[in-house]
Amino acid sequence: MNDYFAVFGLPRKLQVDLDALQGRFYELSRQHHPDFHQMAGPGEQAAALERSALINRAYRALRDPLARVEYLITLEEGRETREGAAVKPQVPMDLLEEMLEVQESLEAAKSGGLDEASRSGLAEARQSLVMRQAAGEAAIVARFGEWDRMTDAGGDTKSLLSWLKQALATRAYLRTVIGDLSDALGEDQDAHVSHRRH
Amino acid sequence: MSRIVGIDLGTTNSLVAYTDGRIPKVIADADGRALLPSIVAFTPDGVLVGESARRQLARNPSRTIYSVKRFMGRGYEDVRDELRHFPFEILPSAEVVRIRVGDREVTPPEVSAHVLRTLKSRAETFFGETVEQAVITVPAYFNDSQRQATKDAGRIAGLDVLRIVNEPTAASLAYGLQNLAQGVIAVYDLGGGTFDISILRVKDGVFEVLATNGNTHLGGDDFDRALVEWLRADIEGAHGTDLAKDPEAMQELRLGAEAAKCRLSFEERTTLTIPFDTFTYRREIARVDVERLVGALVEATLGPCKMALKDAGLAPAQVDEVVLVGGSTRVPLVRRRVEELFGKTPHSQLNPDEVVALGAAVQAQILAGGITDMLLLDVTPLSLGLETLGGIVSVLIPRNTTIPTMAKEFFTTSADGQTTVDMHVLQGERELVRDNRSLARFDLAGITPMPAGMPKIEVTFLIDANGILQVHAKELRTGQAASIEVKPTYGLTDAEVARMVEDSFTHAEADVNARLLIETQTEANTVMNHVRRALTQGADLVSAPERLRIDEALRALEEARRGTDRDVIRERTIDLNRATERLAEALMDTALKDALASKRAEKILEQQ
Repeated sequence: MNDYFAVFGLPRKLQVDLDALQGRFYELSRQHHPDFHQMAGPGEQAAALERSALINRAYRALRDPLARVEYLITLEEGRETREGAAVKPQVPMDLLEEMLEVQESLEAAKSGGLDEASRSGLAEARQSLVMRQAAGEAAIVARFGEWDRMTDAGGDTKSLLSWLKQALATRAYLRTVIGDLSDALGEDQDAHVSHRRH
Repeated sequence: MSRIVGIDLGTTNSLVAYTDGRIPKVIADADGRALLPSIVAFTPDGVLVGESARRQLARNPSRTIYSVKRFMGRGYEDVRDELRHFPFEILPSAEVVRIRVGDREVTPPEVSAHVLRTLKSRAETFFGETVEQAVITVPAYFNDSQRQATKDAGRIAGLDVLRIVNEPTAASLAYGLQNLAQGVIAVYDLGGGTFDISILRVKDGVFEVLATNGNTHLGGDDFDRALVEWLRADIEGAHGTDLAKDPEAMQELRLGAEAAKCRLSFEERTTLTIPFDTFTYRREIARVDVERLVGALVEATLGPCKMALKDAGLAPAQVDEVVLVGGSTRVPLVRRRVEELFGKTPHSQLNPDEVVALGAAVQAQILAGGITDMLLLDVTPLSLGLETLGGIVSVLIPRNTTIPTMAKEFFTTSADGQTTVDMHVLQGERELVRDNRSLARFDLAGITPMPAGMPKIEVTFLIDANGILQVHAKELRTGQAASIEVKPTYGLTDAEVARMVEDSFTHAEADVNARLLIETQTEANTVMNHVRRALTQGADLVSAPERLRIDEALRALEEARRGTDRDVIRERTIDLNRATERLAEALMDTALKDALASKRAEKILEQQ
């Protein structure tokens, strides 16, 4: 039973009641955490460790809506991959030209430092990408209900699935670029890593 | 079932605690002191730990090891920059740090083991039974090597370390047990050598760590260094003497500066007086002077706080309570800056020196099954990754993942008939291998020879509840478990630890022998002194040949006493006692006669 939804006794759906999920997580942790099996034999200790690791991973994947949809896609596609690796970063077509420019400025910054003008240019680009990122994420979450209704009705989810994949690919790409920009600007060095990784 | 104690193995001080029902309590030594200075002195007469080691620190600086926690699980390169602050010698090496004490080399886990052993025996004296299991705390931001080194120290000290617990989380358990903290709490823990910030959600008895951050090389020690450097320059200006060349004087200065810093947490000004060999240094220090010197260091703790908040997905205003832990949070500037950052007054109802040990005792009680309504869910502080082509790190387990956790990765071979695959595991947040912490290299061996790309090896990376990595591998086609050889980059191998455990018994024996020798020598001295006094008092009571025998026995004991053979000293002591038996009787008789005589005199007086 490695399906994260099954771990919590949940149906394979994108809309999740977070309070209930947390309650169930605490309940399962109380049953399986190694702390409560310390005095047991080595076999039971090892089992508790594995079980507890699975519960923690499952909770991590499901509590965050974007990690949840990425996980669901890996299930749909029947691939076991590690966290976040299901989706290959992909540059959004409408941003292609702009991105080439940004990449050029980034290269220039890497080799020879930044002058004031290109610095503010990069900062501006970063800001607009951050906003685009937030809007993109909101758009993904907005379609969760649609997905759940479709699967309930036994409808064809293929086109929605491919839309979600596309949107997540864009998100993965933007995340990398935003990270690179933050690095180049030297502001809050770890800002990009500090977004929860999924 | 045997007892499990909780131990706070600190940079400056260490403590041991236990839980009585639901109440955690620290165990004091025979003199009523709970804090054991984490100082170990290697003297010709044996090993001294704690207060006695501290007292002789200025006299024996090259063999007195303090703040060894800064070296735990570290390599020479990591600590090179700060070596000038220490009076003992660290040997250059590509691997784990080694410290030279006299003709002996010791590693940080061995030094820490002496502190742990002292706490262990303190607890054993207290309970009147042996103590073999412990929960030991470490800074939350300790990496795998540092945690492993702490576990090794426990093993060398004869303790089965059931759990490594993060210090700020331990503190939260102590607070939570007494319902002193609920909701979202931030634990700001600034100790002698390390800084941690942990953000937790405390709800229904579950202590869920949301994020943690910190710096394992930032603490009160650094405050002291800033102050010492300032004072040293001042002394050079005023007296024309540079103390930097005099390790003994530098230690006097360090201890004086540390004490002045502590006083200034409660007073606005203080006077520092240190008598040196040729002059006495005296000056007034104001709190603002110290604040100016440590300002940047305090500032350096705020970045990690913001990062932790960000990782937890919270704004400062969403934190319900801020708890202060660690002796360095007594510094008023620290309290002020923390209050400004979180926008609320931090509290520290529980003694910041003791709260971590108390929490460790609570965790020990949870493991023992004595407390069942509390559960700690901690996280791994650093991302875990593998080296991939081009020196890039590919993250397997992101930081702030709840532990235990695991990740699986698949490997194959790149050449026909290849039977081994090597992996390089790292910890850290940077993209390039060279910017991260190398944890270990693994050799996956015993792969059945097959064409390139055919084997499918599943490697499981599991971080247990201690935050320590375990690696298992399985070849999926044959179903065989592949063997893994771990080469820790900055750690001790199992064989090394096993040898140290053995060594510790030998040395423990040597230490006991040293003490027994001193006792025997002291007894011989006492006997000789008595005999000499008896000879002057009762010179007229001994015959010439008897006198000759006594002098001969005295001379023999004196000679034996100069040696180190305990048995010979004891034999000669017995010989001397025998030779003086008659003299002692004679003296006793005279004493009795005198006493009787005075008794009679008293009677006569009474009767009058």
